[in-house]
Amino acid sequence: MRRFVWFLVIALAFLHYDFWYWDDRTLVFGFMPIGLAYHAGFSLAAGLVWLLAVRFAWPANLEAWADEVDDAAAADAGEGR
Amino acid sequence: MDSAAVSLIPLWVILGYLGLLIGLGLVTRALFRGTAADYFVAGRSIGPFLLLMSVFGTTMTAFALVGSTGKAYDYGIGVYGLMASSSGLIHSAVFFLVGMKLWAIGKRHGYVTQIQYFRARFDSNGLGYLLFPILVGLVIPYLLIGLVGTGSVVRGATVGMFPETFAGVPNPRTGAMMFVGAVPPWLSGLVVSGVVLFYIFGGGVRSAAWANTFQTIVFMVTGVIAFTLISKTLGGLAAATQKVLENAPEHLAREGRISHLQFLSYGLVPLSVGMFPHLFQHWLTARSAKTFRLSVVFHPIFIMIVWVPCILIGIWAKGIGIEAPGGNANAVLARTVAELLHEPVLSGVLTAGILAAIMSSLDSQFVCLGAMFTHDIVLHRYGTDKISDRQQVTLGRAFIVAIVIITYLLTFLPTPNVFDLAVWCFSGFASLFPLVFASLYWRRVTLAGAVASILVTVAAWGAFFYDGFLAAILAGEKPAGEYLVFGMMPVAVIFAASAVTLVLVSLATSPPPRAVVDKFFMKPAA
Repeated sequence: MRRFVWFLVIALAFLHYDFWYWDDRTLVFGFMPIGLAYHAGFSLAAGLVWLLAVRFAWPANLEAWADEVDDAAAADAGEGR
Repeated sequence: MDSAAVSLIPLWVILGYLGLLIGLGLVTRALFRGTAADYFVAGRSIGPFLLLMSVFGTTMTAFALVGSTGKAYDYGIGVYGLMASSSGLIHSAVFFLVGMKLWAIGKRHGYVTQIQYFRARFDSNGLGYLLFPILVGLVIPYLLIGLVGTGSVVRGATVGMFPETFAGVPNPRTGAMMFVGAVPPWLSGLVVSGVVLFYIFGGGVRSAAWANTFQTIVFMVTGVIAFTLISKTLGGLAAATQKVLENAPEHLAREGRISHLQFLSYGLVPLSVGMFPHLFQHWLTARSAKTFRLSVVFHPIFIMIVWVPCILIGIWAKGIGIEAPGGNANAVLARTVAELLHEPVLSGVLTAGILAAIMSSLDSQFVCLGAMFTHDIVLHRYGTDKISDRQQVTLGRAFIVAIVIITYLLTFLPTPNVFDLAVWCFSGFASLFPLVFASLYWRRVTLAGAVASILVTVAAWGAFFYDGFLAAILAGEKPAGEYLVFGMMPVAVIFAASAVTLVLVSLATSPPPRAVVDKFFMKPAA
């Protein structure tokens, strides 16, 4: 599933280049130029794909790694937590 | 214009809103714990909703409202695809792949600024001194966007209010006076900077996060209200777009307005969020990795909610023949609101909403600049034991004021197009993206590769920026439209040069010590 999610992200990147609507002035719902409607839909699709990403491609071990204390590095940075 | 006919109510509404922010500053001042960690990273305690709103509010500035409307007025609907939809995908990808990792590293090692990370990752003090002026230098145009946007919006909303005091400016095309009686940009910029400084000085990044959340809600709600009322005034959504079909049909598509290469190369610009120092600081405020989830999912949708109405208002303004005063596209949004909505309270509320978007970026940038100066220069040079928490905060504030004064003085140069200046600024940050990405995912990247990549970026960006923008500004002229290199946005060339240099120089130099690199990479699962 993780790979499928990343495939969807890459697919979206390609779908962003909608050359097929380049000179199309069709109005969707009577007011929305189709080139704008497509990209508004793209934004919604991006939100959906990122929902899948946080559900199925979440880096579960990141949190635990962040919580491990690295005293030497913290001293280097001169900043406590 | 007859001064007696002009209501001062919009100005009172704007001032009332600024007063609210001062009140918010007083509240966060009371909550401020007085420690540097609280001032600079809010004690790493910010939850999902505040992170979503503060990160979104920070990335949406005058560029998103004033700039997008003006650009759509000039170039049509393609502007959404150029920046908004691509940002929805790329910003979230950067939050997911870069932001969360930097948050984890920042928490693990106790970092407060981006430069602390890069210094440690490449085991080099000098790298910090190289990056500091570059990052600050790139943030200044970003601040300038906010102040220029403020000036345009307030001036547009206050035309005719004080004809005895403010004579206006001559129209560069006709010579006739315009904006007679309007509050001039030097005054609105001064007041807005002062208000933002007041509330961030109260509580640092915590104040910025709270104020961003409040202001993001304000500008999203007022944006939807403005869109609804403007479309209603124009006879409904269909009637409004019909005017564009009749009078400016080329604005309904991209053919002849935006080239294919230009469109594709614009896709690199949103990578800038990976190198914004103020966003880095917001990421560090997160309570946990899970805090990022809401931002990753809702950021593209929020962009759509803000940008689609702005793009439509921009093309509608073109369709109904609204004139950009003096050819200044920055003024299109304010002019459209003023011409179509004659309810003074509403006009004031909408102007306050636009200012909310602008201030929700300025505050984070101000705090971040203070944090960088304090940690990357002062504390790094003199050590934490010699400077108290109070002194750190004071030094940070002094540096912020100095930068704000410089930026404020820059507003007296010829007014640039907000959208174009923003794209130049973002292009610089985006071209540094290979550096942050390689530092997180490529163990073999070396200090020499990083330095070479930064120098190539600075040289290429500087050359293009001078040729395509600065030379015209210094000559007292306005830069001509889009500046393209081989038909592409300059970012494509600079980004490629930066990435290729990073890889080639890294491979040609000795690998970094394993002990240094290991601190920044998780051990592979057994």
